[in-house]
Amino acid sequence: MTEWLTMIFMISSGLFMLLAALGVLRLPDLPTRMHASTKAGALGAILIMAAAAFFFADGVVVTKAIAVILFILITAPIAAHAIGRAGYFIGVPLWDGSVKDELKSCYDPETHRLVSGLETADEIEAYRKNLDIKPKVKLKQRSKKKVAPPPSTKS
Amino acid sequence: MSWVIYLTFALMSLALILVFIRLVKGPTLPDRVVALELIASIMVGMIGVHAIHTQTSSFIDVAVVMALTAFLAAIGFARFLERGGPRHD
Repeated sequence: MTEWLTMIFMISSGLFMLLAALGVLRLPDLPTRMHASTKAGALGAILIMAAAAFFFADGVVVTKAIAVILFILITAPIAAHAIGRAGYFIGVPLWDGSVKDELKSCYDPETHRLVSGLETADEIEAYRKNLDIKPKVKLKQRSKKKVAPPPSTKS
Repeated sequence: MSWVIYLTFALMSLALILVFIRLVKGPTLPDRVVALELIASIMVGMIGVHAIHTQTSSFIDVAVVMALTAFLAAIGFARFLERGGPRHD
């Protein structure tokens, strides 16, 4: 019984990892590739750990396998979020056929600020006043430097 | 049982080859980072299969360390990208 479970888990893990690799190879842009690699790859690793837990059927190994599963479940979304965020902010192009980019109208790449579109007039005023504060992310610094000279030459 | 182990090894090796093509081709640096992360995930799986193959349960510890290192590498690459380091993609 446990041997059959181990075999089923192992084969499905290999298939899911092959699926993740195919997705990473074939899908057109960064977010869709991450969509393939994060979910299917994490599920493949989780299934292999479950197979090892069923195969050894030992308390220590089962605890370690559960620890690995929990660790993968916690860290895979965090890593994907960090890479996707970095990729969007440095301007990785989206696929031509993507229909929606909801962040585009809310994000200002020049100042690296986000707005929700629901701000009151006071909040927008405060936002304009605070534009001098440098954002932590150095993204468009070159374009900023190019923009900066004209006022100094005028004065 | 043994043919299942070899079949899983074969599937994972094929997956590694496909991801490696993306790692070489990948037009931008984030694509390569995603490919590297998936390679680490596949390595965790291969270590698990190897533990079952050799019936040595100590290899699960190696899988733990591999998963931890992959996570740290992904976070480090994301920080490097956001802070605007030199890129040659």
